[in-house]
Amino acid sequence: MTELLDSTSSSESSTMTDSAASAISAGDGPLKMTTRNVDVFYGEKQAIKDVSIDVTMDNVTAFIGPSGCGKSTFLRCLNRMNDTIPIAKVTGDITLEGEDIYAPQMDVVQLRARVGMVFQKPNPFPKSIYDNIAYGPRIHGLASSKDELDNIVETSLQRAGLWGEVQDRLQDSGTALSGGQQQRLCIARAIAVDPEVILMDEPCSALDPIATAKIEELIHELRGKYAIVIVTHNMQQAARVSQRTAFFHLGTLVEYGVTSDIFTNPTEEKTRDYITGRYG
Amino acid sequence: MTGSILFLLIIVLGGMAWFFGRVKANRFLTDSKKRGEVHSLPNYHGWYVALWAIGPALLFLLVWNITSPALITDAALASPAAEQLPQDAFARGSILAEARSIASGQQVKAFNPLSQSMVEPYKTAISYYQTLGAIAALLLVFAGGAYSWLRLKPELRARTKIERITMMTLLLASLIATITTVGIFASLIFESARFFSMVSPIDFLFGTEWNPKAVAGPRGETGFGAIPLFWGTVFIGAIIAMIVAIPLGLMSAIYLTQYAPPKFRAWMKPILEVLAGVPTVVYGYFAALTVAPALRDFAVSIGISGASSESALAAGVVMGIMIIPFVSSMADDSIAAVPSAMRDGSLAMGATNSETIKKVLIPAALPGVVGGVLLAVSRAIGETMIVVMAAGLAANMTANPFSSVTTVTTQIVQLLTGDQEFDSPKTLAAFALGLVLFIVTLLLNLIALRVVKKYREAYE
Repeated sequence: MTELLDSTSSSESSTMTDSAASAISAGDGPLKMTTRNVDVFYGEKQAIKDVSIDVTMDNVTAFIGPSGCGKSTFLRCLNRMNDTIPIAKVTGDITLEGEDIYAPQMDVVQLRARVGMVFQKPNPFPKSIYDNIAYGPRIHGLASSKDELDNIVETSLQRAGLWGEVQDRLQDSGTALSGGQQQRLCIARAIAVDPEVILMDEPCSALDPIATAKIEELIHELRGKYAIVIVTHNMQQAARVSQRTAFFHLGTLVEYGVTSDIFTNPTEEKTRDYITGRYG
Repeated sequence: MTGSILFLLIIVLGGMAWFFGRVKANRFLTDSKKRGEVHSLPNYHGWYVALWAIGPALLFLLVWNITSPALITDAALASPAAEQLPQDAFARGSILAEARSIASGQQVKAFNPLSQSMVEPYKTAISYYQTLGAIAALLLVFAGGAYSWLRLKPELRARTKIERITMMTLLLASLIATITTVGIFASLIFESARFFSMVSPIDFLFGTEWNPKAVAGPRGETGFGAIPLFWGTVFIGAIIAMIVAIPLGLMSAIYLTQYAPPKFRAWMKPILEVLAGVPTVVYGYFAALTVAPALRDFAVSIGISGASSESALAAGVVMGIMIIPFVSSMADDSIAAVPSAMRDGSLAMGATNSETIKKVLIPAALPGVVGGVLLAVSRAIGETMIVVMAAGLAANMTANPFSSVTTVTTQIVQLLTGDQEFDSPKTLAAFALGLVLFIVTLLLNLIALRVVKKYREAYE
């Protein structure tokens, strides 16, 4: 379903200079994911046009833009969730640690274990809190004993800042938690398989301000342990949690750079208009 | 004047009433000075007059048709010809009935000469009362029409009244189905009570010998122990049929919702639904003529003794196949009702499609699936044709699927077909069996609907 038209080699990509991907500078930590000339089609309609972005280890990367600009679509390319849509077609190069994730020999199960995802609406499984967290480790065979599994569950919940609230009721249903707790449960669930990258698709859009603040705090704490990519339509949120920001408009990447630069001194007219609230 | 012409006339008059009502109301509209002065549109005024014209007249005719035969008979008996009639009530009744059917043109020639003499008085009485009824009905049409027409005023709330009548009509329509169910239940209870006054409920519900006879045996034994029937019903409908239907139905639902390309699904779903519409008697042929002999030959070839050509297995398997579309469509609905966020969440964890189905979708859809299965069981145990044709009549208590067993529905058919007197326990037993079946399926449906409803709420 997905095919690679343009197999740009890695040596070629390093020579790209004017590309937005070159926002990487010293102190950004190791390069985690690269995308080069990515196009996405839904049937006849092109949803993403020629996007190239680098995701680094030590930064939180935010995708912003008006509704329908393709930011979520692009995010879903990074762990091949677009595979679940039969009419979607992705072309271009996307690599994780230098490996082409759309290559035929790439196992999508392994890929998704390495690139976790948190969705817009909290979607805990209708199982106990414990089983929600243990789901991934069980599937991927990460724990060889009950103790080990218990351990993974506890660390994941601790990292997601949820352990204190749920440690006495791990057997309660995950769906009985509040919206913010559910979203942190989903983050813990993603952490439990020890991913390298965590993709967050508007993780706070269904939450109240207090729950949102907790998630943002959590993103700060997780930064550095995981490469984090967050899609948000809330510009203040992008400014608060990210160090790199990419602005999408109508399926194209308009501008990509250091967050503070984007918000204080954008180079593109469109970015300035969007950030100052003239449209979007 | 015959009834249908009268009826047509009333309807035509009603149409005219509608027209006159409208005309009058239209005038209100042209005369009104400001908006909102006339409460309802002319159309509603028209309907208001029309219903007043037709409604009472039709109601009167209904009542008249029920009461007038008695009046007609009285009038006919009052004639001089009635004096020669015999005093014996039975003979008299039959003569009167004959005279009446000749008079109303349903019969041409009388067998009894006495009847012939009564025809004339009958004819006079019938035409007299018919004319009377027709005149009264037409008067009612005019009275109702005129009354309501005079009442038309700009501020008349005709729209509200018509709305209410519409609502009442719809309510009546829905009540008819409900009342019929209650009536069926009541008649079942009534007849069953008569049965239980002859046979103890304990013997019936817990007895193990089924061999119904019209008359009790020498020691009062009657052979009304229904346990073998209950067992047969459960064995075929709830065990064998479900062993076939649940896995096949569930797997086909999973394939259709999760794996099938949209094109295949677009073809397959309607075909499955057509399968659900095949008359059960056709499945019955299939069971009796194809499956049952094949299963018997198979059983004989592997050396199972007592294999019968009417086997529980044949009926159960075919019934299971009949139920597959039902289970599949219920399971399909429940799986489709699981939010796609669940599926995405699981896939994003790196779960494969089948892991996602097994660990997330099925558990989440389980209550809906269970509800669907319960509904399927309730359908299977009430199913009649297949078991009548393929399961046999011998009330055996056996777990051997190759032997013949009988079910509650088969025995009801057996007890009630042919000439039967309706006061022997043998016939009444059919009602008691029907009552048990009714209660069991009702309970199953209630539980299933509750389970399904609760499950739906969980995702809304």
